[in-house]
Amino acid sequence: MIAILDYSMGNLGAHINMMRKIGYSNVVVTADPKELAKAEKIIIPGVGAFDAGMNNLRRLGIIDILNYKALEEKIPILGICLGMHLFASGSDEGNEDGLGWIDTKIIRFTFNSPFMKIPHMGWNTLKIEKKSLLFRGMEDDENRFYFVHSYHYSEKSGFDTIASVNYGYDFPAVIQKENIMGAQFHPEKSHKFGIGFYSNFINS
Amino acid sequence: MLSTRVIPVLLLSGKGLVKTMQFSKPVYIGDPLNAVKVFNDKEVDELIFLDIQASKKNIAPDYYLIESIASECFMPVCYGGGITSVEQVRRILNMGIEKVSINNQLLNSSDLIGEAASVFGSQSIVASIDVKKKITGSRRVYSHINGKTTSYDPVEYAMNIEKQGAGELLVTSVDRDGMMNGYDIELLKGIAANVNIPVIACGGAGNLSHFKEARDSAGVSAVAAGSMFVFHGKHKAVLLSYPEQKELKKYLI
Repeated sequence: MIAILDYSMGNLGAHINMMRKIGYSNVVVTADPKELAKAEKIIIPGVGAFDAGMNNLRRLGIIDILNYKALEEKIPILGICLGMHLFASGSDEGNEDGLGWIDTKIIRFTFNSPFMKIPHMGWNTLKIEKKSLLFRGMEDDENRFYFVHSYHYSEKSGFDTIASVNYGYDFPAVIQKENIMGAQFHPEKSHKFGIGFYSNFINS
Repeated sequence: MLSTRVIPVLLLSGKGLVKTMQFSKPVYIGDPLNAVKVFNDKEVDELIFLDIQASKKNIAPDYYLIESIASECFMPVCYGGGITSVEQVRRILNMGIEKVSINNQLLNSSDLIGEAASVFGSQSIVASIDVKKKITGSRRVYSHINGKTTSYDPVEYAMNIEKQGAGELLVTSVDRDGMMNGYDIELLKGIAANVNIPVIACGGAGNLSHFKEARDSAGVSAVAAGSMFVFHGKHKAVLLSYPEQKELKKYLI
């Protein structure tokens, strides 16, 4: 069973639509620790602010079970956008500690040009840096994905950069540390590219 | 590299889609859900869906239709029309719609944009501004509810809306709507140069050069079009279309 984490941070509807599109029905949308304990994979979606996300996880009392699934049981976990940021130890966006699964800090875009708008919003092309099951069958495509974010991963230590993207400068778009994976873009809103990426996570 | 977003705008009137000219003379285009499916298949960058009757008739958004739209779209979708409260915004975003567009509530001086942005983040909140030229040549913000121009200068109005918390501005020229003779570059440039949030150009697109012109001469972040994506040929036969990525790249890279 795959659990989509419902922690009041965004577009669950889009993820449910994606699961239906792919034809995968063994899905539970939940924040119940008992359900999460049974999950074989977890998707942590996310639209919103870092502190609000961490506070919601705390309020729901699910940080312990998430830590257990990620670090002890080591089931595959995919964080999307804010969901991926929560893996870090902290973020420029807020004051709360992150989950700390990846020892890095999320930073804000810094540009010198007024023409570089923040957020980075729209379709951008990835550069695949490292072979991964997440891009199985997609290696030769020009992979376009939909991004909308003001903060991003930067340091290239503590995790693998599976794919990078350029907006003003290069930064990680897909990261992985063992069983923990994250995408800065929104696969649930990225047409066939997103469908491919999402299916690869579910089926691998 | 980030590509310039190219966005079809679909107008809902009652149960059917229409396309207007200068905000009047609506021509029936077809079934909304069918059009949404076609544009999803064509892998459009994004879709803007506006109910042009809801606010006028003071009726709530058609949630059943919006939910059906969301379930067919694997790209970002913006819905506008008849939204008056944060609770309505929440309901729409929960369905899997990414953005809501607010227009009439801004003219009513409500703080809906500020409230909604603080709850859902600015990136979910698009402010829609319609602008019409007066006989004197000056541009003013226009109300589609009463069909009249207001006293607001569009640039000052846009700057004020940015302060309130809008994440994007959809700027539509009423005079250019449906004319397919190019965007109102002067209008767009004036706004884009004075705000820090993305501006979506709308009203007047007839070909791909118009997109390039809006990006290069007016500095907009995204381009939207109606007629160009729903009509074909000089007799304006209804045919939904969207350029191939290769074609778009020739103009927008």
